[in-house]
Parts: sequence; C-alpha cells; structure tokens
Amino acid sequence: MQHGKYRFIVGFLAVPLGLYVLFVIWPFIQSIYYSFTDWTGLSPEFKMVGFDNYSRMLDDDVFWKSLWHSLLFALVLPLVTIGFALFLAFMINVGGRRRRGGPVVSGVRGSSFYKIVYFFPQVLSIAIVALLFAFAYNPDSGAINSAFKAIGLDSVQPLWLGDPDLALWCVMAVLVWSTVGFFVVLFSAGMASIPAELYEAALLDGANRVNTFFRLTLPLLWDTVQSGWVYMGILALGAESFAVVQIMTTGPGGPDYSTTVMVLYVYQKAFRDGQAAYATTIGVALLVVTLAFAAIVMRLGRRERLEF
Amino acid sequence: MKTTETPAPVPAESAGVPVTKVDLPERKGQQEKSEGAVLNAFSHGILVLWAFMVVLPLLWAVMTSFKDDNSIFSSPWALPDKLHFDNWARAWTDANMSDYFLNTILVVGGSLIGTLVLGSMAAYVLARFEFPGNRFIYFLFIGGMSFPIMLALVPLFYVVNNMGLLNTIHGLILVYIAYSLPFTVFFLTAFFRTLPTSVAEAAFVDGASHTRTFFQIMLPMAKPGLISVGIFNFLGQWNQYMLPTVLNTDEDKRVLTQGLVQLAASQGYKGDWSGLFAGLVMAMLPVLFAYIVFQRQVVQGLTAGALK
Repeated sequence: MQHGKYRFIVGFLAVPLGLYVLFVIWPFIQSIYYSFTDWTGLSPEFKMVGFDNYSRMLDDDVFWKSLWHSLLFALVLPLVTIGFALFLAFMINVGGRRRRGGPVVSGVRGSSFYKIVYFFPQVLSIAIVALLFAFAYNPDSGAINSAFKAIGLDSVQPLWLGDPDLALWCVMAVLVWSTVGFFVVLFSAGMASIPAELYEAALLDGANRVNTFFRLTLPLLWDTVQSGWVYMGILALGAESFAVVQIMTTGPGGPDYSTTVMVLYVYQKAFRDGQAAYATTIGVALLVVTLAFAAIVMRLGRRERLEF
Repeated sequence: MKTTETPAPVPAESAGVPVTKVDLPERKGQQEKSEGAVLNAFSHGILVLWAFMVVLPLLWAVMTSFKDDNSIFSSPWALPDKLHFDNWARAWTDANMSDYFLNTILVVGGSLIGTLVLGSMAAYVLARFEFPGNRFIYFLFIGGMSFPIMLALVPLFYVVNNMGLLNTIHGLILVYIAYSLPFTVFFLTAFFRTLPTSVAEAAFVDGASHTRTFFQIMLPMAKPGLISVGIFNFLGQWNQYMLPTVLNTDEDKRVLTQGLVQLAASQGYKGDWSGLFAGLVMAMLPVLFAYIVFQRQVVQGLTAGALK
C-alpha cells in the first residue's frame, strides 16, 4: 500500500484542508489578534492597543448583560429541554399498558406517531420558527393573547416580547419548543436499547416506575444526556440564540437590552457600529465561555460508565 | 406515583385507547396493573397535549396564509372567509419568494455536493492512512465544531470581501462547505474506520490506484454514512441563517431564511402580512413534506452525530 501513498494523501487533503484553514482557522486566529488592536473594520488601518479592548469590555454594562443572558441560555435552556424530553421519552417508551403475555414495560400505543410529530420543528429553520412565534406573541393581535381573550382571560394580556421581564423567557420558550422533539427521539433510541429484563427485575424487586426511571433509565442514558447537553449548550451560545434574539426582539436585543446575547453583541459591534476590534474581543470572551462550558459539563458529568 | 394524585383517565379515552379492566388472579398483580393503567392514562394525556402544542402553531400558520390582511389582525383564530390563494401568488412573484428559492437551491446544491466530496476525501485519508500530522489535522477539523462561529465571521467578512467573493453564490458555497467540514469529517472518519480493509487491499493488489480504489470501491461502500451525513448537512445548510446574514447582504442573492426575515421587516410599511404568511408556509412545507416521506433516514441522519 506504500506506492504513491504520500502523493495521494497530499492530493486528497490539500483542497478540503486548504478551504477549511482559509475560511475557518485563519479567521479565528486573526480574530484573537484583532482583539488587541483598534481596528474599525471600515478602513484597513489599525494599531496595537494592548489590553484596552479588554478593560473596556469589563466596564461595559451591555457586555455583562449579554454574558448573563448567554449563561442562562447555556444552562437553563438545556436543563428544561432535556428534562422535559426525558420525561416525554420515558412516557413514550415505558408508559404503555401491560398487555397480557407481553413484556413488563412497553411503549404507549402510537409511540412512533408521537416521535414523528415531535420532530417537526427540528427540520424547520430556526429563522422561520422565530418569525412565526414573533407573530404569535404580538400583544394586540397575536395568536396567544387572542386565545386568552377567547377563553375569557381579558385581563391577562402580557406584552410578551415587549416586556423586559418576560422577553428573554419568551425567546427561550421558542427554542425549547423547537428542540424538545430532537431529544425525545434521541433518548427514545437509547431507552429502546435498554433490555426489558432489567425493568422486569426491578419491578419484581418492588420498584415502581418512577423509581425505575431514576435508578435505571437515567444512569444508563447518562452518556447520551451529557453529550446532548454539550451539543445544545454550544448551539444555545451560538447560532440558535443569535437567530431567535435577532429576529424576534426589538432593537434587536430586546427592550432595555433585556434579551441581548453575546453572539448578537459581537454581530452588532462589528457590522452595525463599525467597531470590529471590540467585537472580536467580545467574541474571544464568547470562545472562553463556550470552551469552559463544555469542559465543566464533561467534567461534572463524568461517572463510571455502565455497561449492559 | 399515587393513584389519588392523577387525574381521571379521560385523556386516554379521548386518545382512542379504551381503559379496560382485566381481572387478575393475584392481588399483587392487580396493584401493578392499576399503577400501569394510571400511568398509561397520564402518559397519553401529556403526550397528546404536547403533540397538540407542536402542531397547533404550524396549522395556525397554514390557516393564516389563506386569510386576508384584515382578518389576520381582527380575528387571528377564525377560519378564513374564503381561501385567498392570491396571497400565495403574490408571495411567489411580488415578494421574490421564487428568487429566494432559486438562490437557496443553487447554494445548498453546490455546497452539499462539495461538502460530501471534500469531506469524504479528507475523512478517508484521515481514517485509513498513517502519516505524521494525521492526529493534528483530525483534531483541527474536530475543533471547529465547538468554536463559536461568530468570532470567525468578523474577519471572515473581510477575507471574503478581499477575495471578491462577497455577495456571490459561489463565495457562499465555499463558506458553507468550510463550515460543514468539521462535523462531516468527524462523522465520516468514524464511518470509514468501521468498513473492512480487505476489499480495498484486494483492489489495490489488482492494480487499482489509491484514487480509483476510493471512488470505485470505498465511496459505494460508504453510502449509508454518506446519506446520513448528507441529510444532516442538507437541513443545516437549507436552514442556515447566520452565515448568509453576515456574508450575503446583496438583495438579489438572498436565500430563503434571510429573505423571509427581510420581508417581515419590510412589511412594517408595506403591510402585506398575508403574503408574508404565505411565504413562510411556502418555505416550511417542502421541508416538512420531505421529512414525512424520508422520516426514518432524516431522524437517523440528525441523531447520528449525537449518538456517536
């Protein structure tokens, strides 16, 4: 297999690696470099300014708000989404009625129907979902407030996205709505591979089904839950929170910066305010947050691997 | 779970599952049975409710796309007085939905092919050949999955601009490919490692070159993996919002997602909300339809990465 091996390796790697380095790796390195300059992005001239951008960032109230919101996105959002998805997946896979002569635990009737329907939002663009819900949240004529009116709750007419205390939660709810189905399907696949005898043994020993969830299902699914958490956290810090906040909230960034997130703040500083160097500084902070998040979740979640 | 805390099994009835009581010989069995039945009723209730919550906003959007502008605001939940197909015609022509569709198809078609070809070439070399730097290049690709893309986009905008690729379809294709490579290489490297080596060695002994072995032997063998990662990339690229928002600012080159968002913003003074809803539904339906048809493959493709 040695003949012409290196020529082949170089020939196959050159184009993909070149493209990747040019459009992905090189800009990342440039970004870190630019964060020490006063580059505006509008003109090619700039000079080194040391840590000026970083000290400016530490005094920037909007930065701290965006950092706080991004942290909420990375922690609360996966917690709610994964918790709810585990609950639904357990209901689908173990909530079924015991049939005479059938296995001890079984899926509910129509389990594949539920999985198909729950997955719908996952195939839609987050931009389209965000637009749709921006209409639903409209305080005067949106679907939600008029549904409240129709059932006699005329006095409950929140401003939703217009209310600084509510806006962030409204935005997060949309991401929960659109991602729960993905995790239901993911966890269902994991649960289906747990042998039924384990449940049988646990139930014979007097465990009820709630017990079996916490003592049996969750430990065996732990690896999937953990990688799902990292996956969702990275999306929630990046592309997904950018799309929902930029599309749904006024400003964008919400009333009184109530929904602004780091990724949006980077975008606005670079492409709206002509402060490219400062934008990359916030971007570096976002990089640190993302890597720290992944490292912490992987570390906290480390457990003895269970084999079955 | 206590029986008293759970609502009467009405939801199960409404879901079309009759709650039948079967006499059991043992008391222990009966207790277990009733716990199962209650849990079953409860599961169905929650599952039906969430299915409803997922489908309702989508149905509401479809319904709204057939209404006239007045009734969208005055009675969001009322059925349309008649089916206003003209909304759809207006969205297709006046609101440039046809252009957005065409641009999206061009961009996604080009990038999907490019991603699969370049990604499988790189993954094959990394999976099958020992050479100095192999691990380094592999981790360079994998690292791209956890970095916040927005950080790179600030300098990337100027890199792309200097190369004369800003606001061009082929420029966007190259960027899409570059940002799809990390996951594609990660997934396909793992996949190529699982394929048997004997077939390729036999072909090589018979005098086929490395390149020929790859295209004629290995690629056909890797078809299931290519389909999974292809579906993953197709949906990711079709639904992409952040990359075109930053790198594709020319009105004529807009892709679906950003076109719709721009359309929503401009409706503030144009006031053609029914046309906008028609556009939203138009963008939503093909993907949903394709998902329902290729349901199994789509779910496999999207969850494949998280299960690895």
